[in-house]
Amino acid sequence: MSGFLEATALNLTRAIGRALTSEEIARRRGLLQALDPRVRLLGVLALVIAVTLSRKPMVVATLLTLAIVLALLSRVSLATLAKRVWLVVFFFTATIALPALFVTPGRAVWRAPVGAVQITGAGLYTAALLVLRVETAVTFTTLLVLCTPWSHVLKALRSLGLPQELIAMLAMTHRYVFLLTETAGQMLESRRSRTVGALRGALQRQMVTRSAGVLMSKSFILSEEVYQAMLSRGFAGDVRLLPDFQMRRGDYAALAGVIVVGVAAVWWGR
Amino acid sequence: MHIPDGYLSPSTCVVMYVGAAAGWYAALKRLKRVLITRMVPLISVFAAFAFVVMMFNIPLPGGTTGHALGVTAAAIVLGPSGAVLAISIAIAIQALFFGDGGILTLGANCLNMAIVGSVVAYAGYRAVAGTAAPTSRRRVIAAGVAGYLAANASGLASAVELGIQPLLFHNAQGAPLYAPYPLRIAIPAIMIGHLTFAGLAEAVLSAGIVAYLQASDPGLLEVALGSVSAEGEKTAGGGQRWNLLRRLWLVVAMLTLLAPLGILAAGTAWGEWSRTELTQHASHPAIGGGSSMSASAGLQKLTELWTAPFPGYAPKFVKSPSFGYVLSAMFGVGLLLGGSLVLQSWLDRRRSTRPLG
Repeated sequence: MSGFLEATALNLTRAIGRALTSEEIARRRGLLQALDPRVRLLGVLALVIAVTLSRKPMVVATLLTLAIVLALLSRVSLATLAKRVWLVVFFFTATIALPALFVTPGRAVWRAPVGAVQITGAGLYTAALLVLRVETAVTFTTLLVLCTPWSHVLKALRSLGLPQELIAMLAMTHRYVFLLTETAGQMLESRRSRTVGALRGALQRQMVTRSAGVLMSKSFILSEEVYQAMLSRGFAGDVRLLPDFQMRRGDYAALAGVIVVGVAAVWWGR
Repeated sequence: MHIPDGYLSPSTCVVMYVGAAAGWYAALKRLKRVLITRMVPLISVFAAFAFVVMMFNIPLPGGTTGHALGVTAAAIVLGPSGAVLAISIAIAIQALFFGDGGILTLGANCLNMAIVGSVVAYAGYRAVAGTAAPTSRRRVIAAGVAGYLAANASGLASAVELGIQPLLFHNAQGAPLYAPYPLRIAIPAIMIGHLTFAGLAEAVLSAGIVAYLQASDPGLLEVALGSVSAEGEKTAGGGQRWNLLRRLWLVVAMLTLLAPLGILAAGTAWGEWSRTELTQHASHPAIGGGSSMSASAGLQKLTELWTAPFPGYAPKFVKSPSFGYVLSAMFGVGLLLGGSLVLQSWLDRRRSTRPLG
């Protein structure tokens, strides 16, 4: 009937669902959750850089194993990672990498019995490296996202030198993403409950773009209200965040460990 | 499209971050001058709106659906600077909170979608809408055209970034280390999706939002961050001239970045053959008219008269042809700029020393 409405409603629900899962995992007692958020952020960044710099699939596969161990120690279930990262990334990246097996010039390692189709060694290397790299990098990033509450990510970013205005905007956007997602979901739901039979294409487009237009008008009204509320509390353009993180011995050790692993991976994988 | 981590080399990511940072700095500076306090909630809520709109399935002609960026609606209502920040923040939330899109590729994604998208959308909208009234039909068409152009421009930017990877980064055996397809495959593969689904989805959403705002909230099409800052510039004097210059610079910068596209073309441009090529192709009807011909002694003498500093559009120490193209383009632009500045200062001096009356 109106598949696009259902698909959009599903996207919105899924986004809220994923955010709730993250919050729940971030509260668990695990290895990554116990580390200083700055170490987590820098560590993940260092590991993603190491993954991207390594040129040997075996090294990247070892880093993926490390990510799996980190996930288990941080009480993130492998089923969550498989559903959220591995399968999605595999289908997306493998689809992109598949033709590279055949079109990359190089020595043939397999020839089709009929025709001129062949898989080259260079193609196999390129495709394997790409899929492994993307899987590993996204796994590390997802571990950071799953194990760190958003407010801690923001404070860590601030302590790394990001401008305060930008941090304030990221914080505020995150807050209103959920409100607007919920509003959009309700708008589409109410429209769906009033829709009977098939809709013509033009009418479908009008319905969706009008919903987006209403959401935009609501956003402006909301921003005005937020601005008035900020002014009433004495906002004069300065944004202040309390830096309340404390580095402990374990944090320094973890940071040193990640740097050693990263450098070793880059050296081994060069 | 969002480029995940692993598709671009770290050095490409650094260059993209630098490019995006320049865009963010310019946008922040421009907005700060106008609206320092109001900007924070407005950009934030708009970024949240863009984030939500990116999840909408837009029904397209032919029964399929596509996702839009919302960058055109943002550029029309907030102006280009506001749109750059709002869309960048939405993309950052997707990467840092939802893990969609990479951390290293965040700069590239923001450059493609937020910066290139906003600038192209705004320029396209202004060019087509002209001075039409806010409620005129022309504005709806302008929004649709701008949306189509913006989605395709940002798609092309990502295609070029992905397509130059195998040229720049490969191992000793020639196997690509990052995105595996060269420009001649990456550009058509990505652009087919953008010329059809993504471009149409952005066009439909932008035109639809403008049509809705014309009917219910036309004020949003008039009072926008962009127009407020433009006013400020005009009152500062010389604003229009500066705007024109800036647009010109933007075009020059984009053309410089697109210089490696020349590698796509097979063969040499007509009439630009080297001496060796001329000798090799002398029997070609387009060159020698089918007659046998060899490079004359005079031509040989003339060729040796001047050796180009960058033969083949790349200095000798640069191994990568596409990087050499960009370097040559930057060098050429710099040379022209230096020359014109010298000429300008000479003309200014002459004017000031000329007696009045």
